[in-house]
Amino acid sequence: MSTFYCGVDIGASATKLVLLDDIGEVLARTLRPSGVDYAGTAATCLDEAVRSAGREGGPALTVATGYGRDNVAFADETRTEIHCHGTGCFHEVGRRISIIDIGGQDNKVIHMDDAGRRREFKMNRKCAAGTGAFIEEIALRLGLTVEQLDGLAAAADEPVRLGSFCTVFTKTEILSHLRRGAAVESIVRGAFISVVDRIVEMDPLEGEVVATGGVIAHNPTIVEILAEHLGRPVIVPEAPQFTGALGAALTARRAAGD
Amino acid sequence: MGERDSKAIKKIQATGLMRKLMGAYFQELDEAARTGNRKIAWCTSVGPAELLRSFGFLVYFPENHGAVLGSSRMAQDLIPAANARGYSPDICSYLTSDVGSYLKGETPLKQAFGMAGVPRADVLVYNTNQCRDVKDWLAFYEREWDVPLIGIDTPRGLGDLSRDHLDGLIAQHKALIPTLEDISGRAFDLDRLKEVVASSYRCTMLWKQVLGSATHRPSPLTFFDGTIHMGPAVVLRGLPEAEHYYEVLIQELEQRNADGVAAVDGEKHRFYWEGMPVWGKLRDHALLFSGQQACVVASTYCNSWIFEPLGSDDPFEGMARSYTELFIVRSEDFKERYLADMFASYDIDGIIYHDAKTCPNNSNCRYGMPQRLTRTTDVPYVTINGDLNDLRLYSEEQARTQFEALIEQLHEQP
Repeated sequence: MSTFYCGVDIGASATKLVLLDDIGEVLARTLRPSGVDYAGTAATCLDEAVRSAGREGGPALTVATGYGRDNVAFADETRTEIHCHGTGCFHEVGRRISIIDIGGQDNKVIHMDDAGRRREFKMNRKCAAGTGAFIEEIALRLGLTVEQLDGLAAAADEPVRLGSFCTVFTKTEILSHLRRGAAVESIVRGAFISVVDRIVEMDPLEGEVVATGGVIAHNPTIVEILAEHLGRPVIVPEAPQFTGALGAALTARRAAGD
Repeated sequence: MGERDSKAIKKIQATGLMRKLMGAYFQELDEAARTGNRKIAWCTSVGPAELLRSFGFLVYFPENHGAVLGSSRMAQDLIPAANARGYSPDICSYLTSDVGSYLKGETPLKQAFGMAGVPRADVLVYNTNQCRDVKDWLAFYEREWDVPLIGIDTPRGLGDLSRDHLDGLIAQHKALIPTLEDISGRAFDLDRLKEVVASSYRCTMLWKQVLGSATHRPSPLTFFDGTIHMGPAVVLRGLPEAEHYYEVLIQELEQRNADGVAAVDGEKHRFYWEGMPVWGKLRDHALLFSGQQACVVASTYCNSWIFEPLGSDDPFEGMARSYTELFIVRSEDFKERYLADMFASYDIDGIIYHDAKTCPNNSNCRYGMPQRLTRTTDVPYVTINGDLNDLRLYSEEQARTQFEALIEQLHEQP
């Protein structure tokens, strides 16, 4: 059985794992909530992925990324999620791009050049406004599940404008919109617009834009709103929640010299 | 970044002497506070300390206490006490830490130097060259103790310093004299002032030499070392002890350079720190960078205690010019030129901008400067959000990821 490589991305909300074969093809992807036992979650993801790929033994090399990157006992190396998202997206697109990653608790803007080198990056300020955590809070306030949000936002005629930076203040704003009889669909779309506003104020987004992360994976309407705002299409990779893990696996393969 | 084995921080041998000198300084203040044998002046960090010393005052610097409260992490418990008294969490966290310390009667000076507490002032003297908060800070004690508050109000955002600016500032310095004569019971002595200013000038030139030693590759000291070893340049300037200390320190650093001893073993990348230190994370940051073979070799902060115009023949001209030609007082254009020169002098690979929530005047990343400078110098940067003392405003994980990502980016460069 030929060698394979592993990338694991332990994010604030979810752990994503990708296995690559020796020619860089994806063998398996697994995803689980990160929970509280990062090491255990990573190990379970690996077991599942190895089984699903029909392989035996362990990866030749593993790179861990994400906030929990230091907790992966089987990792040979660690890289930041900024490196891994950049590497994963560039692998998929292969040209100069600006990447937006909307994660569970932080957002990133990463600029890659034509050679796949990172030119610049930004992370959101320490506030979680505009991240996955914001969307979870809004769902909670509206008594919805996060899975229901995208359909509602897509069905809205007119969004309400939510003006606050602060998640808690936004929840208060929502209360006053509800009192005034605003439709839930409009409020959800307003919240999605607020996510896009937080992103576009981070850094100028020039050229082609690629969007990744769990929020993008589960809410295509946010991509539509973003494209509308930018006035051009936004590229979404095949598995947008896994680009960090893919970048980590590609880094592992590269480090092994394959 | 696979290398998680943080290298140890290399100890500078002169630190022992510095502790001894700082201990003697605080004990002298403590004795004066207990016995009344000497008058005590509180002075903001870049205030007219030389003038105060010429009158025989012992000079206490509340910002130094602020830094001690931050590095000891006591600030965390003290800031809320000041917030509750109406001092906002958005204003200077040195101020709120120090006011909280006063309100709760807690200070690390007790344990570190056996002091009874923070020494009470006979006079409070400010220079607003740092910010308006220093004046408001001392005004708190003016109300508490009913002691005089006097000082210098410095204009801000200056490009070139004009003769009118200087004359106004000199007049403000001279206007302090009657109050200081009254409180000290001594007549103003120009010759004594010249002696103190001359000593302060020698100290500042030695401090400049200390910082300049970091232009060497590998650097013999880090920014994190600098923030500790600048203590005498802040609180003992104008006294011969400060000069002696820096002579000893320079000898050690020159020896390191001669022997090729690096502050960070295997120094690969050199960084510039723009903004205040995160005092409660100083050690963590030092270890984080050294663990990645990265050395923060220079900073605006440490260089802000170089006062070359003190060498002027006229001590008033020297003080007025020194305390107004500071980076913090200057225009964006001046700051940009200054930083670009620093990046070139220290052969900088990357810049850390610290956006300190409660210290806008020391956060030079809020008006597009990082973006403009990166375009002109091609040196990459990150901006971390944090604070000098209030760790509620700092995200460990976000800062770490940003530091590491910038180092990765440098590793990836061809």
